[in-house]
Amino acid sequence: MSKTSKNTTKAGFSWLLKMAWRDGKASGRRLMLFMASIILGIAAVVSIQSFSENLKQNITLQSKALMGADYLIDSDQLPNERVQGIIDSLGGAEGMEVKFVSMAAFSKGKATKLVQVRGIEGDFPIYGKLETEPASAAKEYHNAEGALVDATVMLQFDLQLGDSVKIGELTFPIIGSLKSAPGSTAISASIAPPIIIPYRFIENTGLLQKGSRVGYNYYFRVDATTDLEKIYKEIDPVLDVENADMDTHTQTSQRLGRRYENVGKFMNLVAFIALLLGCVGIASSVHIYIKEKLRAVAVLKCIGATRKQTFSIYLIQIAGMGLLGGLLGTFAGVSLQQLFPFILQDFLPFEVQITLSAQPILLGLLLGVFMSVLFALSPLLGTWYVSPLQVLRIQEVDNTKSRKASILVLIVILLFIFLFSLWLLENWKIALAFVMGILVTFSILSGIATLFMKGIKKYFPTSWGFIARQSLLNLFRPNNQTMVLILAIGVGTFLISTLYFTKDILLAKTALDNSEQKANIILLDVQTHQKDAVLNSITLKGLPVIDNIPIVTMRVHSIKGRPVNDMRLDTLTTINKWILYHEFRATYRGALIATETLTEGNWVPEVTTNEKPYPISLSDNVARDAQVVIGDSMVFNVQGVLMETVVGSIREVDWSRMQMNFSIIFPKGVLENAPQFNVLSTNVPNERASAELQQELVRKFPNVSIIDLRQVITIIESILDKISWAINFMAFFSILTGIIVLIGSVRNSKYQRIKESVLLRTIGARSRQILKITALEYLYLGVLGSGIGILLSLFGSQLLAVFVFKTPFVPTMEPFLILLPGITLLVLVIGLVNSRSVISSPPLQVLRKEVR
Amino acid sequence: MAKILNVRNLKKTYTSGSKALTVLDDISFDIEEGDTFAIVGPSGSGKTTLLGLCAGLDQPDFGTIELCGSELSAMDEDERALLRNNNVGFIFQDFQLLSTLTALENVSVPLELQGAKNAGAKAKELLGKVGLADRMHHYPSQLSGGEQQRVALARAFSNGPSILFADEPTGNLDEETGQKVVQLLFDLNQEAGTTLVIVTHDLDLAKRNQHILRLKGGKIMANESTIPL
Repeated sequence: MSKTSKNTTKAGFSWLLKMAWRDGKASGRRLMLFMASIILGIAAVVSIQSFSENLKQNITLQSKALMGADYLIDSDQLPNERVQGIIDSLGGAEGMEVKFVSMAAFSKGKATKLVQVRGIEGDFPIYGKLETEPASAAKEYHNAEGALVDATVMLQFDLQLGDSVKIGELTFPIIGSLKSAPGSTAISASIAPPIIIPYRFIENTGLLQKGSRVGYNYYFRVDATTDLEKIYKEIDPVLDVENADMDTHTQTSQRLGRRYENVGKFMNLVAFIALLLGCVGIASSVHIYIKEKLRAVAVLKCIGATRKQTFSIYLIQIAGMGLLGGLLGTFAGVSLQQLFPFILQDFLPFEVQITLSAQPILLGLLLGVFMSVLFALSPLLGTWYVSPLQVLRIQEVDNTKSRKASILVLIVILLFIFLFSLWLLENWKIALAFVMGILVTFSILSGIATLFMKGIKKYFPTSWGFIARQSLLNLFRPNNQTMVLILAIGVGTFLISTLYFTKDILLAKTALDNSEQKANIILLDVQTHQKDAVLNSITLKGLPVIDNIPIVTMRVHSIKGRPVNDMRLDTLTTINKWILYHEFRATYRGALIATETLTEGNWVPEVTTNEKPYPISLSDNVARDAQVVIGDSMVFNVQGVLMETVVGSIREVDWSRMQMNFSIIFPKGVLENAPQFNVLSTNVPNERASAELQQELVRKFPNVSIIDLRQVITIIESILDKISWAINFMAFFSILTGIIVLIGSVRNSKYQRIKESVLLRTIGARSRQILKITALEYLYLGVLGSGIGILLSLFGSQLLAVFVFKTPFVPTMEPFLILLPGITLLVLVIGLVNSRSVISSPPLQVLRKEVR
Repeated sequence: MAKILNVRNLKKTYTSGSKALTVLDDISFDIEEGDTFAIVGPSGSGKTTLLGLCAGLDQPDFGTIELCGSELSAMDEDERALLRNNNVGFIFQDFQLLSTLTALENVSVPLELQGAKNAGAKAKELLGKVGLADRMHHYPSQLSGGEQQRVALARAFSNGPSILFADEPTGNLDEETGQKVVQLLFDLNQEAGTTLVIVTHDLDLAKRNQHILRLKGGKIMANESTIPL
């Protein structure tokens, strides 16, 4: 009698596709906004991924041009006989340069500035080029005996070609404006912009004096068949012993790659957060969408569709939406990455050529489908468990099975987030912390939303008026959007205000105290014979001398009786290598300063006898890296004289404070007669006094470098501004996604509320009343969501300040005064705009239009 | 005639909070192929529950139901869905059309589920029979209640069911429209030779059937034939 014996219907995959399309085209516009959030998330991820890929490729392709050579040998002193022998044995360098920081005085306007002087000889750069204006200047400056001056400095001081610049004792005509050169980055150039002059004039500038921090680079070319790694392995250890170093272009590009990789990782995380936010939108929209579809699912089951078929129809719809979102997002991302070279140009030492790479495109498409399906899976499971009996009566669904499945889906989602973060960050601990951070943020927000709903329900203000009561009721009635909106608003606000607070913390660390007691001008490299005259110049202008710090350069000769030369060759030594090669700048004084805290041993202010070894004080990082404790012996080579010392005390130093800090401090009475130079500091009340002092000092003491801390702060602020602009650009995706999720949630809640509003209107409620109810509902949500977001970010920023930046954090009021009302207003406007159609149309028209 | 529906000792209890409510108790009856059968009774007597159980939309706590030769309690949900697709048609009080599908698509779905190649043509033919040839591309929300119920009728007959279950088919319609829909239902039923099971409050409608099963408080009060002996 029964016409079937098989266990499946004959409708195949094509029917499922047809059904998905039929249903989707009629109701898909409800999901359009959420597809927009997936598009934004994918666009953020793909653009960053594509750009990172391009950056990697560019760094590899341009590695020779970045260095200007195949490899170089560098040293902070003129090569000794052994190093010169090695250079000669390698066929001699094709180009060489000496670079150091010094003051430059410009003829125009008597301006002075700290610059990086680069004295170049021979064929440098071998690869790449010095980009100058005019272009011919790059070749002519050698013969023309002129200087190439950083383009920004030219603009800053309104310098023209033909003006002159005084470097040390010599004056050069400016024959070109230097736009870029291998080895100079925009960031380093903003503190000490480069000026290139022919090497043969360096000696006569008179700037290479004792204590000057100088770097010598020798540039080499090899033919394509040469094994650079082999040369490196043979030569670098020998050079190390002679305090020189070899660097190949591939090593430099790898180092550079790693540096930008970290920036890329951070950007990727911000993009990933945008994508996750989009996924929250997907989950919430599909939740409501499927809830509305359950009746249709029951009808389909009733007329013979199986659970698998009904589930598949909506799965195909969501996957299709994800694919379309992925496609559009990938297209947007690939287009968007063209902007990144402009955004990041200040951080990149080269021009990035943008090309299409397959991996990010594939990633975008896969992520679009996978993330959509994954985050929609939990609500989608609802179709599996709905009974066909729903067509006859509203029936409570048995939640036990669906709850188990939802927990499983949640575990898969967390696992995916962890694996994706791991792939991005390549560090499981940080990836785990990221997942935990997300989990905690989302849990707190959803916990507060739940508590809020329960709180209102329990302590419902029954005495309030009709409008206030209705708006409050909307927050916890069935199908409310409280949770989704608080999550979207909360996460968005959290991100924005955390960025704001972090910038505050970073800037607070660099802030200068304007009191007279704090130095804001530092004079470096003051030679012993110049000291009195320099002091005189300062005091004659009525300025205070705040610091007068003697500096003695030295290297470590032996540690606990073992010579460093032995340790340099010992591959098993665990002592940090930099200790063995570094030229330390030590000082002597009788007391600790504000940035220092004694952690171990006893501070010895002064020695009066000639009894050796002398007790010294080490900073904790040097003690740790040199693996010495109180009582251990260390011998220093103070420019040829061996000085026996013992570790008398260990200090913790706050290096982040704008203050001259030292790793090694001798007591008074030991180094007074050693060759030394001084660092002096003073406080100038204003820019004019600073300029006058600098002009006089540069004229009288051209070798003395002057750092105007106020200028440095301005530069740091502008760098932070640029960084925060780049971060803000990425955060913009999260925020925009948040806004779209917000609009989507509000629209969804409109579908939920529409019948009630229409009913209210039908029974006589006026438009103004409905408007007020809606406005109040979104006002509550806006204030709560953004308020919690800001409070969470306060807490997060406090943690960042304590554990990462190690600095006290005093929050400003701006987020509370600007973000809270701003975001609340945004939520309110979105809510009201979306409810406009309900208010302005006749009830019947709205009902007919909206239910379709 | 062969029995198309065989119900024996049926019992169904719902739990509301801690209270158990017996909706159907010791229900037994048969329906023969081609019969028209009305289930009547006051609100809460268990009519709709009985319809749902007979169509395999729900499972009884006790008793057996044999529909089209298949024992429903021995089948899983998907097997019952398949049985419905091949043998059962439905008409509901509130039409239950798929709101995102046009009239034509609504009627086509049961045929498509069967894998019928000429689903569209057959659906058009049926819509023509119910007088909606010119409205087949309209969405349910663009149709009146009577039109929607006529689409539901076309859908119910589209898969060529052996048995058709109708739950208060005129409950949401005015009297005149209701009568037209009922006439159409009986005409189509006669033409297709389908067994018809109608749940209704309307005694006039019930009397148009060959058998009337009277329910009260979940029990059978009477199972009588309207055909004069």
